[in-house]
Amino acid sequence: MDRIPILKMGSFLLVTIQVDLYDRLALTLENDLITMVSRTGAKGVLIDISAVSIVDSFMGRILGNIASMSRIMDAETVVVGMQPAVAITLVELGLTLQGVHTALDVEKGMELLHSKIGITDEPEEDEEGPDDSND
Amino acid sequence: MIVMTKDTMQIVREQDVVPFRNRVRELSVKIGMSLVNQTKLITAASELVRNMLKYANGGKVMLETVSKNAQAGIRLTFQDEGPGIADVQQAMRDGFSTGKSLGLGLPGAKRLVNEFDIKSTLGAGTTVTIIHWKHGR
Repeated sequence: MDRIPILKMGSFLLVTIQVDLYDRLALTLENDLITMVSRTGAKGVLIDISAVSIVDSFMGRILGNIASMSRIMDAETVVVGMQPAVAITLVELGLTLQGVHTALDVEKGMELLHSKIGITDEPEEDEEGPDDSND
Repeated sequence: MIVMTKDTMQIVREQDVVPFRNRVRELSVKIGMSLVNQTKLITAASELVRNMLKYANGGKVMLETVSKNAQAGIRLTFQDEGPGIADVQQAMRDGFSTGKSLGLGLPGAKRLVNEFDIKSTLGAGTTVTIIHWKHGR
C-alpha cells in the first residue's frame, strides 16, 4: 500500500506531500505521524504541501486533526508551501485551518518551529538518541 | 448554451476521485482556464464527488465543455441513486452535516463555482450540476 514517508530531523518530523492525497492515504498519514510523534518524542512537525494542487474540506480536516493531535502530544505543527490558488480556494470554501500554523516555505517553517519550541520550554536534559523508542 | 464535448465517469470507490479530478483539470486546461479558477472548480468537484461516495455509495459524473456568449466553460453533473436529501435548504447551510464532517461540502462548493443547481428526491437520488466559466464569471 502507498505511504507518505516521514523523515526525522533532530527533534522535528518532516513530511513532503508530493501526490494528490486520496482519503485512505491521508488517514494513513495522520495515523503514521501521530505514532511517530509518540515514538520519537518529536517536538515539531513540518508538513510541506507545495506540490499539492487541491485541498478540499476533507484534506483540510486532516491537516487540522494532525495539528490538534500533535499539540496534545506536545508537538507543534507547521504547514508550509501552500500554493496561492489553494489559499484563495480554501478561504472561499470556508475553511480557515484554525489552529494550524503556516509558513511560506520550509525554511521559514523551520524558523517558526524553532521559535515556538524555544518559547514553550528549554530542551530537557538532552535525550536525543536515535532509538529511544518505547517509554 | 452549446455543448462541445461530453464524457461520463463512474465513481464507485475513493480511488476514482484522483483520476476524476485529473480529468476535470485536463478539461479546464484545454479551455484555457486560469489556475485559480481551475483550483476552485476542482475543489468544488472534489467536495461533490466525495459527498456522492459518502452518502450514496457513488454514482456517475457527466463532464461537458460548454460555450455561452463566446465564453467556454465546464459543466459537471453529479448524479447518484442514493437516499436523497430530506431538506435541501438545510443541507446548503454552512456547518450542517448529517455525517461527522465539517458541513462545508455543499455550501462551499456552491461558493466556488459560477452556477450551482441541486435537485433531490427522497429515496430516488440527488443530482448536482455546476458550471464554471473560463474567466470565472
